[in-house]
Amino acid sequence: MDIFLGLANDVLMEGFIYAIMAIGVYVTYTVLNFPDLSVDGTFPLGACVTGALILAGVNPWLACVIAFVCGALAGGVTGLLHVRLHITDLLSGILVMTALGSINLIVTGGKSMLAYYNKPTIFKTGLMTNIPDSAQNWAYAGLALVCCLVVKLLVDLFLKTKTGLLLRAAGDNPQYVVSLGKDPGSMKILGLMIGNGCTALAGAVLSQRSGSANTWSGAGMVVMALAAVIIGTSIFGRMKFIPLTLSVILGMVVYKLCVVVAMQLGLPADDLNLLMAILLTIALVLNNIAPSGGRRKKQDVNPTQI
Amino acid sequence: MSTQLKSDPEQESLVEMTHIEKVFNPGTISEVSLFHNFNLSIRKGAFVSVIGSNGSGKTTVLNLLCGSVSPDSGEIKVGGKEISHLSEFRHSRFIGRVFQNPAAGTCPELTILENLSLADNKGNRFGLTPGVTRKRVDYYRSQLELLHLGLEDKLDVHVASLSGGQRQALALLICTMTPIKLLILDEHTAALDPKSSENVMELTERFVHEKNLTALMVTHNLKYAVTYGDRLLMMHRGRIVLDAEGEAKKAVGIRDLTARFDEISLEDGNSI
Repeated sequence: MDIFLGLANDVLMEGFIYAIMAIGVYVTYTVLNFPDLSVDGTFPLGACVTGALILAGVNPWLACVIAFVCGALAGGVTGLLHVRLHITDLLSGILVMTALGSINLIVTGGKSMLAYYNKPTIFKTGLMTNIPDSAQNWAYAGLALVCCLVVKLLVDLFLKTKTGLLLRAAGDNPQYVVSLGKDPGSMKILGLMIGNGCTALAGAVLSQRSGSANTWSGAGMVVMALAAVIIGTSIFGRMKFIPLTLSVILGMVVYKLCVVVAMQLGLPADDLNLLMAILLTIALVLNNIAPSGGRRKKQDVNPTQI
Repeated sequence: MSTQLKSDPEQESLVEMTHIEKVFNPGTISEVSLFHNFNLSIRKGAFVSVIGSNGSGKTTVLNLLCGSVSPDSGEIKVGGKEISHLSEFRHSRFIGRVFQNPAAGTCPELTILENLSLADNKGNRFGLTPGVTRKRVDYYRSQLELLHLGLEDKLDVHVASLSGGQRQALALLICTMTPIKLLILDEHTAALDPKSSENVMELTERFVHEKNLTALMVTHNLKYAVTYGDRLLMMHRGRIVLDAEGEAKKAVGIRDLTARFDEISLEDGNSI
């Protein structure tokens, strides 16, 4: 029973932390229609920036905010490469991801891993210090949930503002944004900044939980986040009473559950990336063959050809 | 210098295209030299219909005006301001365009209310204030009632679920909701069924008159070209081959136009 509860705790805590990234990828992939690969670089960027800042004695919450800003800047570069220099979306992401491989090492001062186990983190300060040891793991999961709900709420609020509406329009019909006298390119850059900011924030929170930052922790993040977004929006997004951002969070929890179950069934840790790729493939295929009529399904049909 | 008397505002020209040169794909095997010293002037308040066969340059004229294509040389002035160097989205600040594809003029994933709210804010800053203001809902309803399509009761419906005719009518409303200098209609009824296109054409005429717009309409429907508007242009290979305005335009019938098309076809070496 204890083992089961421990696993449930892992699923929820990691699920909620990675869900912050999934919400960011939801903004770039679902809202903006932009397959953003720079996520693989911005996730460890968030972790490394937090690690370096906390080692320098910066407040852990402030470190989270700075990590978000750094991620947003990296996302902005992806956007600029694509929008202003007309490099394809996939390549822009790959370029930034590759560049971040070096930048992350610069942030950590050349080390592939920064450890700060004894330093204060958001999991060890404030109210968290009063939690009895027995409930500690659940308090961690609770804090992760709070973080991801705050991000969800902010993203929801933003998407309802005038700029947010314009951002949704830019992903949906860039020509419409042009006809409003606005540049859809700027909206793409903004969306990529939000998406990568969230990703870096997820990296920062996860790194604070483990008390260490790895420069190589970003491998497979795009695949994981996309799988969560697609699982979430295609399973839970069809239910009208679940907002899409919430369905993305649930998607990430389900995804983590799949991974943990597979590991418990004896899958070696080395095969994790293979499993991640297979899970995304299954999600994509299921999403393609799912009966249409789900809400907000993109219409691929050109109305002039009907 | 500026003592010259202002001309009659009715005759004042809004659009001035002078000495336009445009070659597509220069230097390649598919090089097309479309415009050579092309000139067009449209007075304020005019409703101009443009017809012509495929490749005659109609759509390129619209694209030049909207900034989605830029001329190799020549001047394009709207309201006395040179615009050919501006990027496309800056043109939209004073030019409204309804496309042939009903999907182009609206956002399918957003609701009618969200689409209208966005359009309503055109020309203003898009900040972090709420995108949809409930205060304006009554105004949007009154605007939608003008369309006579019952859309005023469907404010929260996604535009994707509307028919092509409804979407095109909505696009027309969206285009003309904020003040614009020039309305561009790019075969905007071509993708609609006969009844919807009649409806959209009637709406077009009404909006142009009620809102005192200057409109440039490209159409393949000779009946619409003859019935609507006060000036008719026929284009062929980058030249204007027929230009009738006012009384002269009223005298033009569909037969005259088809006859002219046949002449052109003969000139091109085809036999009827």
